[in-house]
Amino acid sequence: MSAVLQNLVNQPYRHGFVTDIESEIAPKGLNEETIRLISAKKNEPDWLLDFRLKAYQKWLTMSEPSWQNVHYPKIDFQEISYYAAPKPKKKLASMDEVDPELLRTFEKLGVPMHERAALAGVAVDVVFDSVSVATTYKEKLAELGIIFCSISEAVQKHPDLVREYIGAVVPVGDNFYAALNSAVFTDGSFCYIPKGIKCPMDLSTYFRINTEGSGQFERTLVIAEEGASVSYLEGCTAPQFDTNQLHAAVVELIAMDNADIKYSTVQNWYAGDENGIGGIYNFVTKRGLAKGVNSRISWTQVETGAAITWKYPSCILRGDNSVGEFYSVAVTNHHQQADTGTKMIHLGKNTRSTIISKGISAGKSNSSYRGLVRIAPTAENARNFSQCDSMLVGNQCGAHTFPYIQVRNHSAKVEHEASTSKIGEDQLFYFAQRGIDAEEAVSMIVNGFCKEVFQQLPMEFAVEATKLLSFKLEGSVG
Amino acid sequence: MINNDSQTILDVQNLHASTQGAEILKGINLTVKSGEIHAIMGLNGSGKSTFAKVLAGHPDYEVTQGTIQFEQHDLLALSSEERAQAGIFLAFQYPIEIPGVANSQFLRLAYNTVQTNRGREELDPLEFDDFVREKMKLLEMKPDFLDRSVNEGFSGGEKKRNEILQMALLEPKLGILDETDSGLDIDALKIVAKGVNHLSNKDNAIILITHYQRLLEHIVPDYVHVMEAGRIIRTGGKELALELETHGYDWLHNNPKNSAGASA
Repeated sequence: MSAVLQNLVNQPYRHGFVTDIESEIAPKGLNEETIRLISAKKNEPDWLLDFRLKAYQKWLTMSEPSWQNVHYPKIDFQEISYYAAPKPKKKLASMDEVDPELLRTFEKLGVPMHERAALAGVAVDVVFDSVSVATTYKEKLAELGIIFCSISEAVQKHPDLVREYIGAVVPVGDNFYAALNSAVFTDGSFCYIPKGIKCPMDLSTYFRINTEGSGQFERTLVIAEEGASVSYLEGCTAPQFDTNQLHAAVVELIAMDNADIKYSTVQNWYAGDENGIGGIYNFVTKRGLAKGVNSRISWTQVETGAAITWKYPSCILRGDNSVGEFYSVAVTNHHQQADTGTKMIHLGKNTRSTIISKGISAGKSNSSYRGLVRIAPTAENARNFSQCDSMLVGNQCGAHTFPYIQVRNHSAKVEHEASTSKIGEDQLFYFAQRGIDAEEAVSMIVNGFCKEVFQQLPMEFAVEATKLLSFKLEGSVG
Repeated sequence: MINNDSQTILDVQNLHASTQGAEILKGINLTVKSGEIHAIMGLNGSGKSTFAKVLAGHPDYEVTQGTIQFEQHDLLALSSEERAQAGIFLAFQYPIEIPGVANSQFLRLAYNTVQTNRGREELDPLEFDDFVREKMKLLEMKPDFLDRSVNEGFSGGEKKRNEILQMALLEPKLGILDETDSGLDIDALKIVAKGVNHLSNKDNAIILITHYQRLLEHIVPDYVHVMEAGRIIRTGGKELALELETHGYDWLHNNPKNSAGASA
């Protein structure tokens, strides 16, 4: 790897700072007591405590998955603190009452949420550590009957909806990390779009991990009723720490007849330093159920951070004519490892799915695409198109593709395309000979490579993602 | 053309260059003045393309001895992008494909970068579009070319025309054309030659690297140099190319007159 590439890659993490807010932290370790503590702290109904305990019992019988193409030291789940909440000085009725320190943090991150929300027409449900601090635009949304709040609040105010749908797409025992999340999740977002309503703005959540050593277990639930549609944005940044932090979120999406859910993520968790020390473990279960006819679930993700990413946003296409989409850019650098992809489960007739995956590996990192396309016997005339492209930057990184295709219906049409390319000296020299330096060249090549995915992102997010990618790959070429 | 009041654009003295421990260039001397067209001929492996890449600052080659002055400045002190900005242009023998990057985007970035470094105004996308379309007419290029990815899926002729288009945009002081004629049919060759002739003027200079006399029928050089084993072993006028075409390179060894050396 040349010096230019090295410099580009070796930029420090820009969001590395710790906000000084008193945290209320539960003792380390996981047992029934911890779960009861969380549930009591959050004043939860019995059915939710039962849900958690059932998940915990399942979890005890399960073991960590080891099939993924990533390597890390074994996690001691008894060394993690499962609850941390910023201590509110008093009840918050408006943004003015939000801790100024917290607001400054958002300023540093470039998320002046009150202004940003107003200017951009984005409602920001801000999750800071595990407790939602403020929710904007709620009233406007409420006029349309849209519910957009923290899941804790939803548990209190809309318990029937939460009870009906939580765990409906990702059951408590779905996998090791989903079971863990179900047992100990502390907060997250809840979104409900009533029948026939098109949500007039993108709904956005900024997540942030802030307490060293505290596990993060977010839980998100998005429900679009018949004929409803919503575009949901999730963005992440995290401060710099030396110890690894486990992040095991669960996201469930449910789309009824003719409903449309678009879920976009820009993920920039702390990835560890250039020697691979520290960084977030991002073990996430995301799944959408296209339950009704003509429904659509669309995932777009730009994964740039985390020391380890283990994530397969999936679609279960149960409704006839339903559509599943997965657009992904995964960038790894230094010692980052990513094993990510999707599952498209075709159950209904005439179901269609599209997978566009772009993996970019730089430094000494490793990136794997892992995807399953399953056509069930019931899925007459199902169609899938998959395209998995990998790009290597430098010669010490790796890219891998693991496609799984299971077809049990003869009328199915499944296409898979894959390619691997490399940003080579020759390309960079070509740019240089036209007066363009390596940094700009890499940025242009990479953004060109990811164009099909960025086109899927809402405008502002696409601009952010483009910048983020360039910045992530700074120093990686040369 | 050779002018009496011309300025020296390039002055290469005793240039030695290596790659991966092997010395390829073994003492090149060459002076190029404004308004001149120089042809460099020679067999495969004689070092012609290496010379072109060394002038452009390719990172794979290390200059071990000698000097290169470009408009009275030390060229070797500049990075490859600085050389391009200073006015050195290399038309590649094998233009590189850049999937996903639209030609219009690439050309505009190159143009604006170079303009900025020369203290001139950048063009916004609309202005640039008008500007580039005008230049494209010279090379008889189709408008859809702008939307396609850089060189991806281009025919040999399209790639070479794209190189000359870039030269037209960047207006270099010194254009180095590395086997621009290879892989071109006669019609494409004529278009490319017309473009190069159009761009050649009394203030700039061109170095043509070629195997064949064919190109030189369309772009008439002031000097012809023959390279062998990393040196210029013969320099003459345009008639030297014709003699080589007739007699082959071995003929030089049997007629060692006017051997080696600097031009002009």
